[in-house]
Amino acid sequence: MTTPTKLEVCHVSKSFDGRPILQDISITLHEGELVCLLGISGSGKSTLFNIISGLMQPDSGRILLDGRDVTGRPGHVSYMLQKDLLLPYRTIQDNVALPLLLRGEDKKTARAHASAMFDEFGLPGTEQQYPAQLSGGMRQRAALLRTYLFSQDVALLDEPFSALDTLTKSSIHRWYLDVMEHIRLSTFFITHDIDEAILLSDRIYLLTGSPGRITDEIIIRHPRPRSTDFSLTADFLTYKKQILARL
Amino acid sequence: MIKKSPNTIRTKGSARAAKRSIPALAAVMLLLAVWQLVSSCGLVPGYMLPSPVQVVQAFIQERTLLWQHSVITLQEAFIGLALGVLTGFIFAVLMDTCEVLYRAFYPILVITQTVPTVAIAPLLVLWFGYEMTPKIILIVLVTFFPVTVGLLDGFRSADQDAIGLLRSMGAGRWQIFRYIKFPSALPQFFSALRIAAAYSVVGAVISEWLGGFGGLGVYMTRVKKAFAFDKMFAVILLISAISLLLMALVDLAERKCMPYRRLQDNEQKKA
Repeated sequence: MTTPTKLEVCHVSKSFDGRPILQDISITLHEGELVCLLGISGSGKSTLFNIISGLMQPDSGRILLDGRDVTGRPGHVSYMLQKDLLLPYRTIQDNVALPLLLRGEDKKTARAHASAMFDEFGLPGTEQQYPAQLSGGMRQRAALLRTYLFSQDVALLDEPFSALDTLTKSSIHRWYLDVMEHIRLSTFFITHDIDEAILLSDRIYLLTGSPGRITDEIIIRHPRPRSTDFSLTADFLTYKKQILARL
Repeated sequence: MIKKSPNTIRTKGSARAAKRSIPALAAVMLLLAVWQLVSSCGLVPGYMLPSPVQVVQAFIQERTLLWQHSVITLQEAFIGLALGVLTGFIFAVLMDTCEVLYRAFYPILVITQTVPTVAIAPLLVLWFGYEMTPKIILIVLVTFFPVTVGLLDGFRSADQDAIGLLRSMGAGRWQIFRYIKFPSALPQFFSALRIAAAYSVVGAVISEWLGGFGGLGVYMTRVKKAFAFDKMFAVILLISAISLLLMALVDLAERKCMPYRRLQDNEQKKA
C-alpha cells in the first residue's frame, strides 16, 4: 500500500488489576483505508478503542496520528458504538452538529455545516426530528455522520451495526459502502461478524486470545466500489474459510 | 422510516387527556353536590360548614381584600422559590462536581428537612422580624431541598457512555455539563420544581400565620378569630387554586423545555 500512514498503534499493552487484556498490539491504518479488527468477545477490542481514542492510557506503547504522539489525549479520534448515543433531547441536526459546537463553532454555522451532509448520509428531512422518531438504522446513520463531522480523518467504529436486525443490517451495509465511496474516511472497524468484516474492509486484523494479540492479517483484494453481491461470490467464501481456519 | 410529525401527536394527546379527566371532574361535581345538600338540609349548622354557594358569595364579596393579600403571598412565594431553586442548583452542582462536598453536606441537607417548618417559623420571626425576610428564608428552606436532590439524581443518571463520547471529542467539564448532565437532569428538575412550587405557597401562608402585616396567612388568622367560616373556606379555596396554578405553570414550562419527552412516551406506548 503506497498511501501514507494515518494512524499507528505501536506495541500497546494494557492490563486491569494485574490481568493482561491486550498484549503488544501493533497495527496501522493508511489514509482512506477501512481496516477491520475481527475478534471474539472478550479479546479486548473495546479496550483497544478506548486507548486509541485517548480515553484510556495504555500501560506501554504509543498511539501516533499523522506521526504525532496522541497517547492518552482525547479529542483527536472519535468513535461510534453499537449504542447510537444520540442525545434524546436534541434534534438530529443538533446531535450531529455537537462535535462542531464542542470545537467552538457558533450554533448557526455548525447547523449549516451539519445540514449540508444530511443528503449524502441518507438522512434527508430528519433535521428537526428527535432520535425517538427515527428507526435504529437511521439513528446509526446519524451517529456515523456525527463521527464524521468530528473528524474527517479517522473514525473508530465499535460494532456499529451489530444491534440491527439482519435486513436492516444488509441495507445499512449497502448504504455504508456507498457513503464510504464518497467520503473515504480512514476507519478502524471492530466487529465479531466475519461476513461484515470481509464485505466492508480492505484489511482484516485478527485479534484473538486472552490477553488479546494480533494473530493474523488478511488483505481483501476485491476492488472497490463493492456491492453487497460480493458476499455471494466464491472469492468471498475463500476468504471466509481462510479466516475461520485461523480464528 | 420517518414517523408522525409532532403536531399530530400533540392534538391527539390533548384530546385523550381531556377524555381521561372526565371521571375526575364528575367526582368533584358529585362532592360539591353532596356538600351543598348537607348544608342546605341543615345537617350541619351553617356557621360551621357554609354551603358552596355561601363560600362563593364570600369570595366575591371579599375579592379586593383577597387580591391584595394574594399579591403579598405570591410575592413572597416567587422570591422564595426563585432563591430556593438557585440555592438548590448551586448545592447540586457543587456536590456533583466534588465527591467530598457531597459526603460532607448531604447528611446536613437531610437533617434540615426533618425540622418541622412550623417549629422554625417562630424562631425566624424572632430573629428577622415581621417583614418579608423571615418568610422568604422559610420558603428557601423548604424549596431548595427537593431541587437539590432532584438535580443530583438527574446529574447522576446521565449516560456515562455519552459522557465518554463527548470526552473523546475533546469536551471539557463545562461542555459535558451543558450538553449532557444538565439536560439529562431536566425531568427530575421539573418534578422537583412542581413540589417546590406547591411548598412555596404553603410555606408563605404558614410563615404569615406566625406574624406579619399582610398576606393570605394573615387574612386567614383574622377571619378565623372572627369565626367567619365562609371566608375561611374562600381563602382555603384560593390557596389551593394558587398552588394548582403554579404547578400548571411548571407543567407548561416543562412541556416547552422538553418537547421530545412526549415523543419518547409515544414511541414507548407504540412498542
